[in-house]
Amino acid sequence: MRLPLLALLARGPAHGYELKQDLEQLLGAAYPQPNVGQIYVTLGRLEKTGLIEGEAIEQSSRPNKKVYHLTEAGHEALRAWFEETADEPRVRDEFFMKLALAPQTGLADQISLINRQRRQYLNTMRQLSKLAAAEDRDNRISHLLIEGAMLHLQADLDWLERCQEELEELQ
Amino acid sequence: MSESDAPLLRAEGLVKTHHGEGAPARAVRGVDLRVTRGEFVAVTGPSGAGKSTLLHLLGGLQRPDEGSVWLDGERADGWSEARWAVERRRRIGIVFQFFNLVSDLSVADNVELPALLAGVPPKKARAGRRELLAELGLEGKERSMPGELSGGEQQRVALARALVNHPPLLLADEPAGSLDSRGTREVMRLLSRFHQRGQTILLVTHDARLASAADRVISFFDGRIADDATLDAGPPPRRAGASGVLELRD
Repeated sequence: MRLPLLALLARGPAHGYELKQDLEQLLGAAYPQPNVGQIYVTLGRLEKTGLIEGEAIEQSSRPNKKVYHLTEAGHEALRAWFEETADEPRVRDEFFMKLALAPQTGLADQISLINRQRRQYLNTMRQLSKLAAAEDRDNRISHLLIEGAMLHLQADLDWLERCQEELEELQ
Repeated sequence: MSESDAPLLRAEGLVKTHHGEGAPARAVRGVDLRVTRGEFVAVTGPSGAGKSTLLHLLGGLQRPDEGSVWLDGERADGWSEARWAVERRRRIGIVFQFFNLVSDLSVADNVELPALLAGVPPKKARAGRRELLAELGLEGKERSMPGELSGGEQQRVALARALVNHPPLLLADEPAGSLDSRGTREVMRLLSRFHQRGQTILLVTHDARLASAADRVISFFDGRIADDATLDAGPPPRRAGASGVLELRD
């Protein structure tokens, strides 16, 4: 959450609740909503490390609100973030360990493990399709997020298929 | 068993071996299957698993070596070619990967043809065609030839053709197999919409995204059913599931 908040502040100063709304609008209904508490905590940490600075604004009928802006160090951190490439997604390692270790334990059957895992992925895929259908058509970023998640799952399902082909041959 | 209690489609002990060059290929090796009215079933599996052969056996496009096929409680595997051809106009609609439209007939004629062949009066066939094409977002394309349309549009025409006689069963063989991501989503949306209105669908696909539109997914490996799973309709589980997959981590 740290760097996305910095990135939202690159546009100009904002307070915590505005940032939450900006994030929701950008990513759409599909994205699990960040809770506002989490955002305030992150902003607090960013301020402590000197990446942003907050300024209390007095409000007549409500408690003061704090408006944050990026510091020079914050700009630098953000530039470095865009400069880096992101890590590759990882194979579902926990499932893989189960698959690899199942035969020697005698406690689980590999094909049953694959079938169960596939059911879970298919259910998730179905939920994602429903999210995509419910999402505002014009929110491209949100649709790309859902499509990305679906393509990853698709790859996981293809890989399960490979495992099944390979392991059924051995049986 | 009265006719309405019978599953819309039933197969028992289906076996089909292809005898081509080289060793005989056992495409379908003992399949039992029931599809009830209103179900949307997807059959998925790697290419070469035999899933298209299975669909062909169920639609009478190929004959099983062993086993039986029952349509609406009526045994169908002994039907003649002519009878199957009639039933594929009346009781079974089929869409294929490569659309199989008649290339020198207009869109309108492609859709109306099965209705006319089934003995529907021309006026009624026209009305049915109009309604379906409008429904599928193809208004204004009536006079086009299939070759002038995009893949996604051609598949929508094929869907209209398959559904023009209101067949109780729709068979779809890799309907998005030659479409891009957008065309795939479109096919998915349309299949879901027809299913919501009660259309029974059996879909064969290697695309898990497309399969996830179904209520029930059969995993097909090496000519056999490896798993038969009913998908949940409920909300996502809290920990993992869709929101877990979507969560962007810092």
